[in-house]
Amino acid sequence: MDRFSALIYDIGRLLEVYWKAYLSDLGNTLLLALVATVIGCLIGLVCGILNTIPYTKRDPFIKRFILKLIRVIVRIYVEVFRGTPMVLQAVFIFYGLPYFSNNQYRFDSLWAAAILIVSINTGAYMAESVRGGIISIDPGQTEGAKAIGMNHYQTMTSIILPQALRNIMPQIGNNFIINVKDTSVMFIIGFTEFFARHRYIVGLNNMYFPSATIEMIGYLAVTLTASFLLRWVEQRMDGADSYELAQADQLTMAAGTYSHPSHGTPFDEQSPEYRERLRQSLKNRNGSTRGDR
Amino acid sequence: MDTILEVRHLSKSFGKNEVLRDIDFTVSKGDVTSIIGASGSGKSTLLRCINLLETPSSGDVLFHGESVVSGKVNPSAYRSKVGMVFQSFNLFANMSVLENCMIGQVKVLKKSRAEARANAMKYLEQVGMAPYINARPRQISGGQKQRVAIARALAMEPEVLLFDEPTSALDPEMVGEVLSVMRELARGGMTMLVVTHEMAFARDVSTQAVFMKDGVIWERGAPEELFKNPQCPETRDFLSRFMEN
Ligand SMILES: Nc1ncnc2c1ncn2[C@@H]1O[C@H](COP(=O)(O)OP(=O)(O)OP(=O)(O)O)[C@@H](O)[C@H]1O
Ligand SMILES: [Mg+2]
Repeated sequence: MDRFSALIYDIGRLLEVYWKAYLSDLGNTLLLALVATVIGCLIGLVCGILNTIPYTKRDPFIKRFILKLIRVIVRIYVEVFRGTPMVLQAVFIFYGLPYFSNNQYRFDSLWAAAILIVSINTGAYMAESVRGGIISIDPGQTEGAKAIGMNHYQTMTSIILPQALRNIMPQIGNNFIINVKDTSVMFIIGFTEFFARHRYIVGLNNMYFPSATIEMIGYLAVTLTASFLLRWVEQRMDGADSYELAQADQLTMAAGTYSHPSHGTPFDEQSPEYRERLRQSLKNRNGSTRGDR
Repeated sequence: MDTILEVRHLSKSFGKNEVLRDIDFTVSKGDVTSIIGASGSGKSTLLRCINLLETPSSGDVLFHGESVVSGKVNPSAYRSKVGMVFQSFNLFANMSVLENCMIGQVKVLKKSRAEARANAMKYLEQVGMAPYINARPRQISGGQKQRVAIARALAMEPEVLLFDEPTSALDPEMVGEVLSVMRELARGGMTMLVVTHEMAFARDVSTQAVFMKDGVIWERGAPEELFKNPQCPETRDFLSRFMEN
């Protein structure tokens, strides 16, 4: 108990002096992770869409060639940036630019460099997620859309991508949470965020454990909030668990009402009992796929 | 009679596997053509070639006398005039029943949302699904899904409607509700091409019956004749085996 109260006391002392610094750097972490996740998702979306444009043997050579080239380039991008540590990618990009351009170009803004690095890294993961999300949609959805005359673009934007995006929401959340934590490696280019603040403060006063506790709580607060918001968004995307039957008088009744073959039987869908049974059976019937990053 | 669709010497192979061979028939306005045959005989492939979900290997499909295979006709524009109802419904999972019936009208036919909605309501009414406009596909039964799929196809106001075993994925008690909608459509003069295992429907509703086996049309004619008096031994064989079950 002693230890515990001492810890609380130390945390209090730390926060008294440094709360502004902790908070503003937590803000930096949050902002970097948020912006980079959004840009990364856009990169992933573009790659995933380009990667899944269909072609057949009957298409002109040039179209097939370009589409194949795109696939190869995306493949290389994904493998390189998924297969190496972000901390090294940061070194390569941040110090590589002046090195290879003979100091003609350099990053003037640490923010720009950090956002670029984390975005590209996230994009590599998201490209695969988006591709997986697109090809996991039942081909029947595409056929249904084609059968009513929709072209590839209309099918993608109205039918496939909304469903694919819903399915990869958990991965987007995962990537955001991972980014919140992994942006800490940006110390390598001198970017100050939440974890860098910890290193700085304990360097001054050696209060390792109290500061680490603050860090833990800070990260958890952000990631838990993110998880919660994500669930909420997912639920919104799924729509209501049940639905309201439209009332007959709201509808523009056309002449000649359709008379239902099962009218008066237990399968009569217009009957109140059937509707109630339906409502019950519809509760808790939403599935979602969860996967790794 | 107005000829709408002509299938001319149509063949289709997947690799070395020849699935359709020299298929030839004509569909006129108001015809209800039933295609019957054993599993694997190429019935689905035929429908999919007709609306270009598959590319025929050789032969032609003429729509109002114009080849749709030649590449001169835009496949999407053509498909919007030839509706298709699938065995597995293929309703858009991310949309409500009403949106399912509106999206094609808005995106493909460029109708206003108000107009599309009114039109969708008309056809949902016709198939008895108007009360369910707010439901998502996952929330309704198979029979209801298929009726929505029919309304979705009808909302495009196609000239021909293709049905690929529309009742095969349904529980027995739901088959009736879909068939009665289709009967209603036939009575209203809709031109239909129906692949089905519902022999009573094929016999009573259609104006033309086609028997397929191993990718070839063996017999074609008036349904009374084909069912009562099959000329080919293959047809006789298929029908007798079918009636036993
Ligand atoms: N995409 C494909 N690739 C290769 N073979 C295919 C493909 N689609 C269908 N086939 C083959 O073509 C043949 C005919 O299939 P099809 O689905 O048209 O038959 P069907 O008459 O509709 O049968 P069912 O009554 O079971 O639906 C089958 O042997 C099938 O294996
Ligand atoms: Mg079939």
